[in-house]
Amino acid sequence: MTGNNLADYLTLGLLMFSIGAVGVIVRRNPVVIFMCIELMLNAVNLTFLAFARYMPSSAPASGREASFMSGQMMVIFVMAVAAAEVAVGLGIIMAIYRLRKDVDVDEMNLMSG
Amino acid sequence: MTTFTVLAIVAVLAALGVVLFSSPVRSAICLVVNFFVLAFVYFILNAELLGITQIIVYTGAIMVLFLFVIMLLNLGGPQAWKERREFRTVLGFGFGAALAGVIASQLITHFREHSRPFADDGYGSPQAIGRVLFTQYVWPFEVASVLLLVGIVGSILLAKRKL
Repeated sequence: MTGNNLADYLTLGLLMFSIGAVGVIVRRNPVVIFMCIELMLNAVNLTFLAFARYMPSSAPASGREASFMSGQMMVIFVMAVAAAEVAVGLGIIMAIYRLRKDVDVDEMNLMSG
Repeated sequence: MTTFTVLAIVAVLAALGVVLFSSPVRSAICLVVNFFVLAFVYFILNAELLGITQIIVYTGAIMVLFLFVIMLLNLGGPQAWKERREFRTVLGFGFGAALAGVIASQLITHFREHSRPFADDGYGSPQAIGRVLFTQYVWPFEVASVLLLVGIVGSILLAKRKL
């Protein structure tokens, strides 16, 4: 279990982040675009955790424990913000759907003046 | 082939499924698989509490929200729209490959030598996280709760037809 390398986790996070970025560019369905954003957030969470587990800190002032707890704290707050973001974003999609019966992101030009 | 390798392959395939399936429901199912497998990667990293939180929050709460919206907006039916094949698709995949290539060549090679865990084995236990979360990080914790409250109020305000 502990024979893994830090680079393996970072590679998995990198692949997930890249696939999510491609999805945000390529897809036209806003719900799927939200899913891809969640994918990117999770890739970043994995990277935070991998660094918390494997990376020796170079900050001597805060101490050893603070350096590997801070990564986990960041993951917790990213999860909280992601939950709020999804709730508000899907609410916006619902409101747009009620307004125009169509949620194609390519056809949305309400704010382009 | 270690456990991590199997989990990583499943996670990447599921992530590809999210992007490549044209039906949003299939994308959502792939996303569930990805998040679930990622929770087990967290377990391998000895972050038990965050792995369980991942299962509860993401595969539980957030995915239910996604499926609800797909169902309410009727996006998942057989009349789900066709994704146009155009130059932007090629552009997107090219951009993703370039992003992965640049980061892999510039950053990940520097971390090849870190194979020994730095944190203690129990660093992800509920006790350790609770102790830090309610002492050192208590103000960010409170701000996060206010943010979630604002999120609740905002989403109700947006989604409700008449207040």
